[in-house]
Amino acid sequence: MTEIFGVPLQALFGQLLIGLINGSFYAMLSLGLAVIFGLLNIINFTHGAQYMMGAFCAWFLLNKLGLGYWWSLIIAPVAVGAVGVLIERTMLFRLYKLDHLYGLLLTFGLALVIQGLFRNEFGSSGLPYQIPPELAGGYNLGFMFLPKYRGWVVVASLIVCLGTWYVIERTKLGSYLRAATENPALVQAFGINVPRMITLTYGFGVGLAALAGVMAAPIYQVNPLMGADLIIVVFAVVVIGGMGSILGSVLTGFLLGIVEGLTKVFYPEASNTVIFVIMVIVLILRPAGLFGRER
Amino acid sequence: MGDSSAIASTDNATNATNGAVTTPVLVPGSEVRNPARAIVIMAALLAIAPWVGLYPVFMMKALCFALFACAFNLLLGFGGLLSFGHAMFLGTAGYVSAHAAKIWGFPPELAILAGTAASALLGIATGLIAIRRQGIYFAMITLAIAQMMFFFYLQAPFTHGEDGIQAVPRGRLFGFIDLARPLAMYYTVLVIFLAGFLLIYRVIHSPFGQVLKAIRENEPRVISLGYDADRYKLVAFILSATLSGLAGATKAIVFQLASLTDVHWSMSGEVVLMTLLGGMGTIFGPVVGAFVIIALENYLAPFGQWVTIITGLIFIVCVLAFRRGIVGELAAWWARRQK
Repeated sequence: MTEIFGVPLQALFGQLLIGLINGSFYAMLSLGLAVIFGLLNIINFTHGAQYMMGAFCAWFLLNKLGLGYWWSLIIAPVAVGAVGVLIERTMLFRLYKLDHLYGLLLTFGLALVIQGLFRNEFGSSGLPYQIPPELAGGYNLGFMFLPKYRGWVVVASLIVCLGTWYVIERTKLGSYLRAATENPALVQAFGINVPRMITLTYGFGVGLAALAGVMAAPIYQVNPLMGADLIIVVFAVVVIGGMGSILGSVLTGFLLGIVEGLTKVFYPEASNTVIFVIMVIVLILRPAGLFGRER
Repeated sequence: MGDSSAIASTDNATNATNGAVTTPVLVPGSEVRNPARAIVIMAALLAIAPWVGLYPVFMMKALCFALFACAFNLLLGFGGLLSFGHAMFLGTAGYVSAHAAKIWGFPPELAILAGTAASALLGIATGLIAIRRQGIYFAMITLAIAQMMFFFYLQAPFTHGEDGIQAVPRGRLFGFIDLARPLAMYYTVLVIFLAGFLLIYRVIHSPFGQVLKAIRENEPRVISLGYDADRYKLVAFILSATLSGLAGATKAIVFQLASLTDVHWSMSGEVVLMTLLGGMGTIFGPVVGAFVIIALENYLAPFGQWVTIITGLIFIVCVLAFRRGIVGELAAWWARRQK
């Protein structure tokens, strides 16, 4: 077997793939966080819980209503996004005039409530979710075995991220959004319904988290706490990338996933902490983040 | 601080800031008219508590958390910096003092000092990194660094992972006070708490504290007046970390245990909650908040996940309707009644 730095090539590619998968989720989640932060100025601590809700929604649709994976991909983001809209309309909108920290505290509380309720209902052990039959199996690429589903997750998340980038950077709707991020009062004066845009943006960001959750369901088990630790890593990803640019946060997400995967091969003890270490280094060298602008 | 200036007008508070915290109408740290009297009353109440049927173990736990929350409040309530990783200081000091007492055979006073010093060092390192970013980023960075420390303690051999450091000897304070006696331990904790509390009170009302409050209200203006805002924030951060460490080290000796619970992010959330519920930017708020939350956890312990849910609900209610916290609301109500 071929080896590189004493590591079998197969193990290296295997971990690279896992890194890429994790990176896909980091990218989608940090993208959602960045979009929400851009317009609402709120760091959505509930993001991890909403990702978990997406996965549970998929599990529920399959086991209670018999609707498969492909339906879940559409229904779960819409359903969880609708819950997000409800949260924004009933609670978050009261905080826009206050210090940003209150948004963080409120969404932290919400995350605790949601995770607690799910744990009460489902316990803390994971529930299995089958890979859809169309995506079962895999390809033998010669140097490694690529499970179809994992390949699909990477491609799908790339499409979602690039699609989001396109809508925000290249369409009229996106230009309203960017304008409202810069100066909401002026945009509102031009007759655009900014509050509704804010609500829908939050719903969209939350939907993105739920979509990531559905895609994660067959890979990781569906677990009430699946988003709790993940969200902290995603925060670090956001700090490293800086929230200035959409493509920046996507790229950082994938990159850090890969770095994490490689660490698992070469120095497994550090694989949990490597992203945080990188964050510290980036903060020392470039406080605004890799793609961020000083504000 | 004089009686008349204790309550600032609402307009003042809203005008002074742009985008910063606008809710408190109180001047931070002046919710009572006669602080000296209030502190003496508090100390007296705490001193007689074990004699009127309050369980010393509960009181000691609450006092440790009260000191932790007061230290945290120094940073959030007076410096306007929300750290979401303060558990790392509590937990680090706990591990170091437990290790020092159990493995190295330190007497309790030295073990507590060692733990506190370790947290101070960690506070310097973390502070230097975290104050490079502000507001929301500051919270995320402290959270991420704390998570890194959590994984470090999870893997480091001396912490014994999930088991933690157990059966830490309480030892003899200064060689002659046997801390195995509950009351001796209780009064030791009380003295430590009061010392920390008075130090924080002194800091808040010093010129340093005034500048800190000014930074919270309007940082650019403070900088334009020639103050090095970053240095003030760093010193506040280190002070807060050190005192959190003191709380953590004491807690480890009291409960003879240092475990991962104390470094987990949920602990960081808990101290935020205590401060928020009691009233951030008040002197007595964090103490009240800590007692309420610890009591709540005591009573709700049999109900499992409901603790988390109720904790979350309190967060939501506090942020939406109750931003001044218990002490802040009471003081505002009292001030309205006086008019």
